[in-house]
Amino acid sequence: MVLSSHRNFTTMEQHLKTTSLTNLHISLGAKMVPFAGYNMPVQYTNLIQEHHAVRNSLGMFDVSHMGEFILKGEKALDLIQSVTSNDASKLEDGKVQYSCLPNDQGGIVDDLLVYRWKADEYYLVVNASNIEKDWNWISSHNTFGVEMANMSDAMSLLAVQGPNAIKALQKLTDVDLSSLEYYSFTMGTMAGIKDVIISNTGYTGSGGFELYMMNNDAETVWNAVMEVGKEYDIIPCGLGCRDTLRLEKGFCLYGHDIDDTTSPIEAGLGWITKFTKEFTNSAHHKVIKENGPKKKLVGFEMIDRGIPRQHYIIQDANGNAMGEVSSGTQSPTLNKAIGLGYVATEHSKPGTEIYINIRDRALKAVVCKIPFL
Amino acid sequence: MNFPENLRYTSDHEWVRVEGDVAIVGVTDFAQRELGDIVFVEIESAGKTLAQHEIFGTVEAVKTVSDLFMPVSGDVIEVNKGLDTNPEAINSDPYGNGWMVKIKMSNAAECDALLTSAAYAAEVGV
Repeated sequence: MVLSSHRNFTTMEQHLKTTSLTNLHISLGAKMVPFAGYNMPVQYTNLIQEHHAVRNSLGMFDVSHMGEFILKGEKALDLIQSVTSNDASKLEDGKVQYSCLPNDQGGIVDDLLVYRWKADEYYLVVNASNIEKDWNWISSHNTFGVEMANMSDAMSLLAVQGPNAIKALQKLTDVDLSSLEYYSFTMGTMAGIKDVIISNTGYTGSGGFELYMMNNDAETVWNAVMEVGKEYDIIPCGLGCRDTLRLEKGFCLYGHDIDDTTSPIEAGLGWITKFTKEFTNSAHHKVIKENGPKKKLVGFEMIDRGIPRQHYIIQDANGNAMGEVSSGTQSPTLNKAIGLGYVATEHSKPGTEIYINIRDRALKAVVCKIPFL
Repeated sequence: MNFPENLRYTSDHEWVRVEGDVAIVGVTDFAQRELGDIVFVEIESAGKTLAQHEIFGTVEAVKTVSDLFMPVSGDVIEVNKGLDTNPEAINSDPYGNGWMVKIKMSNAAECDALLTSAAYAAEVGV
């Protein structure tokens, strides 16, 4: 077999960005891979064990590669409303909203989280691979005189995820975490570090918090969380299980399920595409919503034996191609092969049989509701 | 890492154990560690005659798909059916229950040219 991980990455590694915890990950024995231009841990000891730790108890991810922008000024909301699809005017102080940046070609520049700290101060959290693209895109639409700062290289982000995250983190802070609702955040002291952004968000669907801090403080917080997490058998988790965890919950991943060419309506993101206001290309998306999309992103599980992977062709019973798999994996929780992919709308109803072309064989799958669990 | 001395190895990380004119084939301890948790094995080559270096199946970890190559030419006379339900045997016992196929060799000399344990260990650098 050819092992993709057995290439010589030495030259590439010299060009990879690091997080403030990269050396710590290496010392923990993590398997490091290039991801979005960063040298990131894909797993420490065992992906499936890491997956179950988050689902059942507690795990921690270094996701410092994610990008953070600060938008300040009287017109900050106006800028956000003009470039994002969701209605940010519904946000209150300390609330978070999932949204996307539509482009002017019918696709998506990126998906992101919008944090409102104050009426004139917002934080945007974007995908690592899109930091520069998003920055340029938003800047080019900033006709509002909004003060923008790209904090991505200065800030770290730790995702402490799992049902026991709240109990473990409560030992490190005076902030009453139980009062912090899902998609809410505050700023407080965590593990002795002041002004940590404590956000009840995550990409695992297992509960938990995301902690934003300056790079210098990341190791202190990481070590403190590992210590208080011991009682819940915390383990560090890599990007590998982050992907299987999010896929089981049907969360879209940029570059896979959504990209510069996919419509948010087709991607099932109608719930964050609000026509209560105008935004980039909103008239186009409104027409798609009113007429109904021709294709849709669906979840499916394999009936025949096989694992779907990105770009595998989805076929109907007669062998006609009708779309592609956008994400797929063996679900560690369900112990089934699952995937997301685009199909013609008439084949999108749960229960519909579809076929995935895996190594030139049409293997049967069935459309199902997402989340998978 | 464990590379038994009584086996032969390929640069593609397969191992071969010779019993008479039959070669038993699997993937190495190094390979299974690099791949991580094996979740799926697909070997559709039972009964086929394949040349050295041809693909006889695929093995999938959670994140990756890898082709498996014939270390020697011959007929695939048996496939390890146990891997259908227990693919993790490749991780836990790569040289035992993790075996993949048995090949009736058509040219045993090919086997003599495969890597020794020491040569393979040197190649993967462990």
